[in-house]
Amino acid sequence: MATIVLDDLGKQFGGVRAVDHLTLEMADGEFVALLGPSGCGKTTTLLMLAGIYRPTRGEIRFDGVAVNDLPPQDRNIGMVFQSYALYPHMTVFENISFPLRLQRRAPEEMRRRVQEAAAQVQIEGLLDRKPAQLSGGQQQRVALARALVKQPALLLLDEPLSNLDAKLRVLMRAEIKRLQRTLGITTILVTHDQIEAMTMADRIAVLKDGALEQVGTPDDLYYRPATVFVAGFIGTPPMSFLNVNVERSDGRLVFVGESLRLVAAEPAAARLGTRSGALVLGIRPEDIRLSLVPSEGSIEGRILDVEPMGREFVVAVTVGREVVVALAGHGFAGRHDQPVWLGMPSDRLYVFDPATDTAIT
Amino acid sequence: MAQTVTATPGPAPWQPWRSPEEVASLARRARRRDATGRAAIYAALGLLSLPILIPYLWLVAAAFSQRVSYGLLPSGFTLNNWRFLWVGNLGFVTGTAGRLPNIWQVVWNSLVLAAGTTVIVVVVATLAGYFVSRHDFRRRTAFLKGALMLQAFPGITLLVALFILLRTLNLLNSVAGVILVIATLHLPFALFVMKGFFDGIPWDIEMSALIDGASRLRAWYTVLLPQVRNGIGAIAMFSFLWGWTDYIFVLTFILRRSSWTMALYLSSVIGEYRFVDYGLMAAVGVFYMIPSLLFFLFTQKHLLQITIGGTKA
Repeated sequence: MATIVLDDLGKQFGGVRAVDHLTLEMADGEFVALLGPSGCGKTTTLLMLAGIYRPTRGEIRFDGVAVNDLPPQDRNIGMVFQSYALYPHMTVFENISFPLRLQRRAPEEMRRRVQEAAAQVQIEGLLDRKPAQLSGGQQQRVALARALVKQPALLLLDEPLSNLDAKLRVLMRAEIKRLQRTLGITTILVTHDQIEAMTMADRIAVLKDGALEQVGTPDDLYYRPATVFVAGFIGTPPMSFLNVNVERSDGRLVFVGESLRLVAAEPAAARLGTRSGALVLGIRPEDIRLSLVPSEGSIEGRILDVEPMGREFVVAVTVGREVVVALAGHGFAGRHDQPVWLGMPSDRLYVFDPATDTAIT
Repeated sequence: MAQTVTATPGPAPWQPWRSPEEVASLARRARRRDATGRAAIYAALGLLSLPILIPYLWLVAAAFSQRVSYGLLPSGFTLNNWRFLWVGNLGFVTGTAGRLPNIWQVVWNSLVLAAGTTVIVVVVATLAGYFVSRHDFRRRTAFLKGALMLQAFPGITLLVALFILLRTLNLLNSVAGVILVIATLHLPFALFVMKGFFDGIPWDIEMSALIDGASRLRAWYTVLLPQVRNGIGAIAMFSFLWGWTDYIFVLTFILRRSSWTMALYLSSVIGEYRFVDYGLMAAVGVFYMIPSLLFFLFTQKHLLQITIGGTKA
């Protein structure tokens, strides 16, 4: 158990800056997800935490002590790799007991702790098997048990679920979260899957191009995204964006786009103050009301595509040259190429500054 | 003309696809074709292996025969040809250039040569293969290219230079000198084999071992080495046989009879004259083959792994 601090962390490979000025604090027992697209530096950050890579700038502190110079074996870390990285020539028991063997634990203690760890992930019956004889899900549990058996100060999970099939992934998501709660181990999850991050983590750090975009609770990221990137990355289907200009007519604030006019009511108007010029409007699919008949204040578009999702439809609508994605209930009767009207409540609009790509609040 | 006009396009009337008798006969034909095909392959392969098999069969037969008529047909069972194993001094043997040294001394020399080569090749190639696979160092590509070139270089062209080198190092006439030469010339191949095996182990597994608490060295021998044991087995076998079967280097660098190896012994039995004791030659030849046969018998599995390990540069 430990508090973890990344202080102005940076890692450079030759001329490539993989991680840049990353500052992040994690409380003891907290579950933090590093979320971002591939190549955003999240795995590099994880490997710096593990001690495999040495930071080229900044500091990593465990419980207030800088560990930059500690090799991996002295950091007391457990890690689960995307590939599971089980030792193919060892049995499951030998795999799980490997960290304890390196600590020269007594055989009885080793046996007891391996049993405990195996029980935690429900693989007691598989201890004599070799990794090749296990299914992907079982291998993952072995990897988890091996990471937990030494009671690590920090648990690192590198895309642990991405090699599992969809059903098992949902199951393991809940199970890992439950284990983390029960054991109270500070845990860092690296993932590119925002649903994984949202469902499992207490807090999420969104990375892009090696730099931190935003840190916050899942709620923060969803309802108060700080940047266009975060707004577009979190949520499925993703938020839609429209380029508009702010104009004032009759003392009212109006968003004017290529083929739309939207009167801005409170609270969007208040947020903008006296601002004028170009803006980016964001709206989430579930906040758009679709209608096949025009109504006051709605925007006209044309249906590009309707994807049935069972309970609802994901409807892509072209508004001018831009595409807006909306959700519609299962009674929706719109078809491809039909005109459709979108209602966008002002209190559900996100407003971004196109110059900086950050939210205007 | 009139008929084509009246024929209206439409679905053809339903017809049974094939009668059961027709299907049965077709299946029978397919089975027969499979069987004859397989028989033909066996026959062809058998025929092709005859030129390889017959000399070996002849060698074994001749080794236990009293006479070899016309140098071709062995007859009359005897163990007399194997007397070189228990008679210390064979005296003058037809065709040999002088007296043969004691066979067990020769076997011992050969074993030392083969085992020494094996130890050097395995230790150096395993360590170097790991390093080359995992570390990016300056001139890595140049190093690998150089190693490949050394492998392609015919060792015989180096004979004179190596002779002078060994004489300078005072290693002429010693098995140790030959060990160094053979090991050196074959190291590139072994290095590439081992590099291929190490390349096949994902980084994740090594990182995992480090995080689990192993030192770099510990991770290397507890986690990585067991996973390349097929590669080690393969290069061990090859280098043993390189040492065991080498002729040209021992012939050139070993002049003293007490340092003779099996290859020289066999060659002197064959002799440079017309009258050859075929029985003795065959027996020595069979005796010489035994380690090779044993090795192939027990290490085929490792050998086949080489292609799986790959040798991508």
